[in-house]
Amino acid sequence: MPQTNQLNPHNWVMAYADYLYAFAIRRVNNEELAKDLVQETFLAALEKSKTFRGDSSERTWLTAILKNKVIDVYRKKSSGLRKEVAEATEEQQGFFEDDGHWRAEHRPLEFGLEHTDPLVNKELNSILQMCIKKMPALWMAVFTMKHIDDEETEFVCTELKVSPANFWVIMHRAKLNLRACLQKNWS
Amino acid sequence: MGYIRDIQYNCKQATFLIEKRMIRRLTFREMIELRIHLAGCSVCVLYSKQSRAINQLVKQLLNPNEPGEIRLDDNYKYDLQERIEKELNKN
Repeated sequence: MPQTNQLNPHNWVMAYADYLYAFAIRRVNNEELAKDLVQETFLAALEKSKTFRGDSSERTWLTAILKNKVIDVYRKKSSGLRKEVAEATEEQQGFFEDDGHWRAEHRPLEFGLEHTDPLVNKELNSILQMCIKKMPALWMAVFTMKHIDDEETEFVCTELKVSPANFWVIMHRAKLNLRACLQKNWS
Repeated sequence: MGYIRDIQYNCKQATFLIEKRMIRRLTFREMIELRIHLAGCSVCVLYSKQSRAINQLVKQLLNPNEPGEIRLDDNYKYDLQERIEKELNKN
């Protein structure tokens, strides 16, 4: 008989609070907000504990609830920040000449990214974190949902109200910015 | 020649296709265009390598399975469990 998982809320905080908190803070970049999300996740989980069918682990189930809460945050943030996005977009137009050629000062250079183990290198990690933080909220949301959570492109577009064409533009620009920021600060 | 030249010169389009390629299959035409470009552009080849490396970096950084130092403080945890117990007792 397949083993079914059961919920044990008495154990939740001890077993999962740190994990969920780490998950949240890396996505919303804000301690207070991340704490709130963890609390909301547990409370929402209690409310719908009857829907838990035991086919996934407790942690997976809780993480899925938290993930939806993070998306809610993204959605709220990004709807208010269209202007900020427009500005950042203008700022990065400067990567290329009119004919599409790299501008000399923005041309990618070797800076040792390929040979560095991020697990060992804390400095690189904190630079990366700083660079992600600097991205407009909508880019960060699109980028994170796609690259970290492996969501379907259609899902990202619907949830964040981004057109498919804009989705590709954002992915492109987010990466150009992130790469430039890393090159500038890590060498 | 104009068409090929456009592709060869267009690093903006090439980097766009590099990003697209990491997410889904390119169309045949896009694939050919990117190949032509990369054959003559070492800067975009480097960009492509770095872009891939960045994806891995970001994944590792944001993956909470890694033993991190990120922890909630104990007081907050204590209150949180109290809150849960209280909800449980309601039912």
